[in-house]
Amino acid sequence: MVLRVLQGVVGLLLLVQASMAGAVLSIEIIGAGEHQIPVAIVPFSGDEKIAQAINEVVTDDLQRSGLFRLVDPTGKSPHEPAEVSYPDWQVRGAEALSIGTVAAQPNGRIEARFRLLDVVKQTELVGQAVSASEDQIRAIGHRIADLIYEKLTGDRGVFSTRIAYVNRQGKSFRLIVADSDGHNEQVVLAHSEPIMSPAWSPDGSHLAYVSFETGHAVVYVQSLYTNQRVVLADFRGSNSAPAWSPDGKQLAVVLTRDGSSQIYLVRPDGSGLRRITFSGAIDTEPNFSMDGQHLLFTSDRGGSAQIYRMPVDGDLAERMTFGEGSNFSPRHSPDGKSFVFAHLNSGGFYVAVQDFQTGQMSLLTEGGWEKKPSFAPNGKLILFASEARGRGILATVSSDGRVKQHMFTQSGDAREPVWGPYP
Amino acid sequence: MKKLIISIVLVNLLAACASEPKKEEAAPAPAPKAEAPKVAPAQAAVDPLNDPASILAKRSTYYPFDVAVVQDEDKPVVQAHAKYLSEHANRKVRLEGNCDERGSNEYNLGLGQRRADGVNKMLALGGARADQLESVSYGEEKPRCTDHNEACWKQNRRTDLNYAK
Repeated sequence: MVLRVLQGVVGLLLLVQASMAGAVLSIEIIGAGEHQIPVAIVPFSGDEKIAQAINEVVTDDLQRSGLFRLVDPTGKSPHEPAEVSYPDWQVRGAEALSIGTVAAQPNGRIEARFRLLDVVKQTELVGQAVSASEDQIRAIGHRIADLIYEKLTGDRGVFSTRIAYVNRQGKSFRLIVADSDGHNEQVVLAHSEPIMSPAWSPDGSHLAYVSFETGHAVVYVQSLYTNQRVVLADFRGSNSAPAWSPDGKQLAVVLTRDGSSQIYLVRPDGSGLRRITFSGAIDTEPNFSMDGQHLLFTSDRGGSAQIYRMPVDGDLAERMTFGEGSNFSPRHSPDGKSFVFAHLNSGGFYVAVQDFQTGQMSLLTEGGWEKKPSFAPNGKLILFASEARGRGILATVSSDGRVKQHMFTQSGDAREPVWGPYP
Repeated sequence: MKKLIISIVLVNLLAACASEPKKEEAAPAPAPKAEAPKVAPAQAAVDPLNDPASILAKRSTYYPFDVAVVQDEDKPVVQAHAKYLSEHANRKVRLEGNCDERGSNEYNLGLGQRRADGVNKMLALGGARADQLESVSYGEEKPRCTDHNEACWKQNRRTDLNYAK
């Protein structure tokens, strides 16, 4: 199935109901990848409830990516390679077949033994035992989906990664960490004052964020394991926009203590503060390049908000975006070849990407209220804040713009999402 | 049920928005008048901050899109507050900058701070002391109105002068 983005992707609309108790009510998928790989996922043998739960996570993950076509396995249920009759699957058009077994171990952990078979070549592509505690069954499913994704697309999967976002409901704000599909919510901070700009440490162990709990914007760094936190920056005015360097040894933050919003570097414990922009304009939303040498940031030094780039050690900044409208919230792609940002024109906010080499900008979405885009660690998906049915929601778009999904949380507005690193 | 709760929250929010200006108009309750002679009459009568007819009853400045300069029509308001603060050294005011949603949250935090700082500077020039003034920004995080249109946005592009009780 080929759907041209420019014609407006409306073709395929799937509603995947999340059946387990969790935060996400529903996920809508719009569009499909150019080449969908037909794959059959046979529910594992063993405890039926557990097998079914794992099966659901695997099929939901693969479907959400837009890169797979799920072949109906009804009527056939092989669980070992010896039980597989390849012609049956060739007839159904499957190119790959996932089979396996699941069982509780003596120590109480759940272990799934999984194999992915090449139906055409009649060989095993990958076989692995994946185990987790009983309350982490979804993690088993995500891991298996990652293995299938990796083997069949050649790219690393991101189903086992996590995301962070802010849920706003009236005057209640909650900073939330969840699985990449929105399940498994963990509340990091809840307050009646706003919370914004969560930022993952490169190892996924800490979140930096902005909280207004003391009456103005202050930057905190909090451990996701112990929940202990430190004040990273609390100067007069606003302290905001934390961004980690790739080695995790420093953060860029934006302070107004010396006048307008300017970018500073600081160590994760709050020491070693050093100012690196001197524009007198609003310089904000710094984002480190993967090699840690450059920063992309938003500035209105040229009259309107645009994206700029500068060396971290401080030198002249180079303007990156031109043309009509204004641009915000830049983030480097994991391969360093492009950056994603929010483009604002008279039609509203769009998710846009720009190639560093050609300077070519392209819009990945149809426009609306689409803000704060961030790449998945494999660079294949972009998470952003959007709006549907009058509510703030989480949304993703594939980096080629072909596949979109809307994630509806149970209540309130989802804002300020950011994709976490590989586990 | 969920919808109901959301509706109630919305109604409350709307009510809060709508009733704000009215409150100021309706402020002169009859009760203080009756009690006025008993309590220190001079002070109660003198504080013009509580006079709904005074220009000091205006506690917000408004801005065009992506602009942080105090507009001509708001200058008399800010100047009146500056004079009041210079004459009432014990009063403190928090300047809270806000923005509409057309910008990133972080950019708007910077813009709101710039709006608050602009009012701060004008108050200082008009005689207020630095220790009476604090400027903060809420960016687009505390909108008065949440529709995606100019009627709403123009209410959200403002600096509030919030006096400490």
